[in-house]
Amino acid sequence: MAQGAVLGTQQYNYAVIRKFSVMALVWGLLGMAAGLYAALELAYPLLNMGIPEITFGRLRPVHTTLVIFGFGGSALFATSYYVVQRTCQARLYSDSLATFTFWGWQSAVALGAISYMLGYTQAKEYAEFEWPIDLLITVVWVAYFWVYVQTLKRRSQPHIYVANWFYLAFILATAILHIFNNISVPVGMFTLKSYSMYSGVQDAMTQWWYGHNAVGFFLTAAFLGMMYYFVPKQAGRPVYSYRLSIIHFWALSFLYMWVGAHHLHWTALPDWTSTLAATFSIMLLLPSWGGMINGIMTLSGAWNKLRTDPIMLFLITALSFYGMSTFEGPLMSLKSVNALSHYTDWTIGHVHSGALGWVAMISFGSFYHMIPRLYDTKLYSTRLVYVHFYLATIGIVLYITAMWVAGIGQGLLLRAFDDFGSLAYTFIETVSFLHKPYVVRALGGGFFVSGVLVMAYNIFMTIRQASREEAAIEAKLAAKLARA
Amino acid sequence: MKFKHESIEINAGLLIALTMVVISIGGLVEIVPLYFIKDTVEQVDGVRPYTPLELRGRDIYQREGCYLCHSQMIRPFRDEQLRYGHYSLAAESQYDHPFQWGSKRTGPDLARVGEKYSNEWHVAHLIDPRAVVPESIMPGYPWLMQPLDYADVADRMRALKFAGVPYSENQQEFDANVEKFGPDVANELNILRAESNLVQQAQSANYDGDRAKLTEMDALVAYLQMLGTLVDFSKYDEGYFAEFR
Repeated sequence: MAQGAVLGTQQYNYAVIRKFSVMALVWGLLGMAAGLYAALELAYPLLNMGIPEITFGRLRPVHTTLVIFGFGGSALFATSYYVVQRTCQARLYSDSLATFTFWGWQSAVALGAISYMLGYTQAKEYAEFEWPIDLLITVVWVAYFWVYVQTLKRRSQPHIYVANWFYLAFILATAILHIFNNISVPVGMFTLKSYSMYSGVQDAMTQWWYGHNAVGFFLTAAFLGMMYYFVPKQAGRPVYSYRLSIIHFWALSFLYMWVGAHHLHWTALPDWTSTLAATFSIMLLLPSWGGMINGIMTLSGAWNKLRTDPIMLFLITALSFYGMSTFEGPLMSLKSVNALSHYTDWTIGHVHSGALGWVAMISFGSFYHMIPRLYDTKLYSTRLVYVHFYLATIGIVLYITAMWVAGIGQGLLLRAFDDFGSLAYTFIETVSFLHKPYVVRALGGGFFVSGVLVMAYNIFMTIRQASREEAAIEAKLAAKLARA
Repeated sequence: MKFKHESIEINAGLLIALTMVVISIGGLVEIVPLYFIKDTVEQVDGVRPYTPLELRGRDIYQREGCYLCHSQMIRPFRDEQLRYGHYSLAAESQYDHPFQWGSKRTGPDLARVGEKYSNEWHVAHLIDPRAVVPESIMPGYPWLMQPLDYADVADRMRALKFAGVPYSENQQEFDANVEKFGPDVANELNILRAESNLVQQAQSANYDGDRAKLTEMDALVAYLQMLGTLVDFSKYDEGYFAEFR
C-alpha cells in the first residue's frame, strides 16, 4: 500500500490527542467557571456561603490549577503530540506510554483540585500540589519527555522543526522548575501535609523563579511552539523569518530564567537579585516582540484571510495580546512602577491579558484548526467560531480594563496623603473602591466563559458529525459488500 | 570551521544539551548565592521558630489560603510604614517553610498584625468579618471553632527540624537552644513536650475566649497575635538594617 493512501488517523496516533483535546475543553470550562465564581465572591462575599470547600482562598488554587495545568497542560500535550508527529512525519512513540501520560496528567489535575478544596496545599502559588501529586507529576513528565524525544528520533527528515524546539524547552524547563521548587519534607508517609525544604528569602526566590517561569515556559514557550506550527499552517505560508525564530528561541530561553525576582521588588530579597531580574525583564522585551513580529508577519501578503477566516482572527489576536502583555510585563518590572502595581489587581489584569488573550486565544485557534483534522471532518459551524471570537475578545477587554482601574486606582489611594502628611485613606476604603471594577471583571469573565461554552458546543457537534459520517461510510461499505 | 545553526537542528541530543545549559544559568546565578552571601539574612535578636500552637495556626492559615489575599511583607515606603510598621526583614521569615510573603493585597498586609487587635476582635472578625468591618469582602470562617487536631504536632515539628528549623529532640539540641534563644523559648521548641506546650499555651492565653475547648481558632489567633512582634526595633539604629539591603 502506498504511504500516501494511509489516512492521518491511521498513520499517526490521534487517539491520545483527541482525549487530551476534549479534556482541555472540559478543564477549561470547569476552571474558568471556578474563576468566575471566585471573581463573584470578591464582588459579593456572601457567595462564600460559609462552605469551607468553596471559600475564595481554597477556590482560587482550584481555578489556577484547572486553567493552567488542566486546560493549558492538556492543550499542550494535545498540540505537542500533534505537531511532533506531523512535523517529523512519524508516529508517536509507544501508544501505551502516551496513554499513560494522559491518565497520569488528568488524575494529577483532578486530585490537585480536590485536595485544595479539602485544605491540602503547599501554599506556594501555582505549586500548590502536595507531595504525592508532585511525585505523580514527575513520573508523568519523565514519560512525556521520553515519548517526545523518541518520536523526534523517529523523524523521517533531518531537521527538527522550530515548533519542536519550543515544546522541548518547555518540557525540560518545566521538569527543572517543578523538581527544585517542590522539594519538601512530608510530615508522614500517610499524610498529604509537607513543609517546603527552603525557608524565607531563599524559598521566596525559588518560588518566583518557578512561578515566573511557569509563565515563561509553560504558558509562553510552549504556546509559542503551538504558534510556530498552527499560524503558518492556517495561513498557508512559511514562517516569516527563519533567522528570527532562531534568535527568538535562544534569547527567550536564556533570558526568561532570570526574571522571576521581579515579583519580589522592594521585599526582603537582596537588591542585587531584584535589580538583575528587572534588567533581564527589560531585555526580554526584545525576543518577545521578535517572536510576535515573526508570527504576525507570517500573514504578510495574506492579510485578507483576517476578513474570511475566524481561526486566523483567533491566532493573530492572540499574538497581539502576546505583544501587549510582554510590553506591559517589562513595564511592571520597573521598580518604580512595581512599587505601585505590586500587590494590586493590576497584576491580576496583566496575568489575564496573557492567559486569556494569548494562551487561551492561541489554543482556541489551534484547536479549531486541529480538531476537524483529528476527526477527518469539517468544523460544524464557522459562524459559531465568530461568535466565540467576539465573546472572548469583549470578555478580555472588560476584564483587563476593570483590573487596570482597580489596580492603579487602589495603588494610588493607598499611597495618597492628606495636607498633614497622614494617610488619606484607610485600607478598607480602598476595598470599597474595588467593588465596581470587580463586578465589571466578573462580567468580562462571564463573556469569556460563555465563549468557551459556544466552542464546546461547536466541537461537540463537530465530533458527532464525524462519527455520523464514519457510520454512513461504513453503512455504504457494508451495503456494497452485501450486494457483492 | 564555520558554525552553522543547522548542526543543532539536526541533532536532538545537542539541542537538548544546549537548551539545558541556556535555561540553567539564570537560576544558578540568582538562587545559589542567596545561601552563601552572609548579608542575605540580617543578624537580629528575637526571631525564633514557632511554638507548637502557633505552628498549627500557621498550618490553618495556609489551609484556608489566607496568603492569596494577605501579604506578609512590608515594603520600605512611607505609606506602608504608617499603615503597617517597620519594613519586613529577611530574618523575620527565616523559619518560614514555606514563606508567606504573598503577592496580592485584597486585604491588608499581616506581617505586623500581632498585638494590634484584641483576641476577641480576631475571633469575631474571623467568624463573621462584616460584623466588625461592614465593608469587608473577606469570607467568614465559622468552622474554625471546631476542635484543633494536634495529635501529629510533634511529627510536624520533626519534619520542620529536618528542613533546618532548630526544634530540639535531645539534651544537646535543647542546650543549644537555651544558649541561642533563652530557657523559655527553648522549652517551647522542645519536640518531646510539644503536645503539653500546645495545650498549655492555648489554656493560659485563651485566644478563642473558651477555656474549656481547644479550637482551631486558638491556634490561628495565637499565630496572628505573634506576627511581626519578635524583633524589638527600638534596639537598633535606623541605618543598621539598610546595610543588609
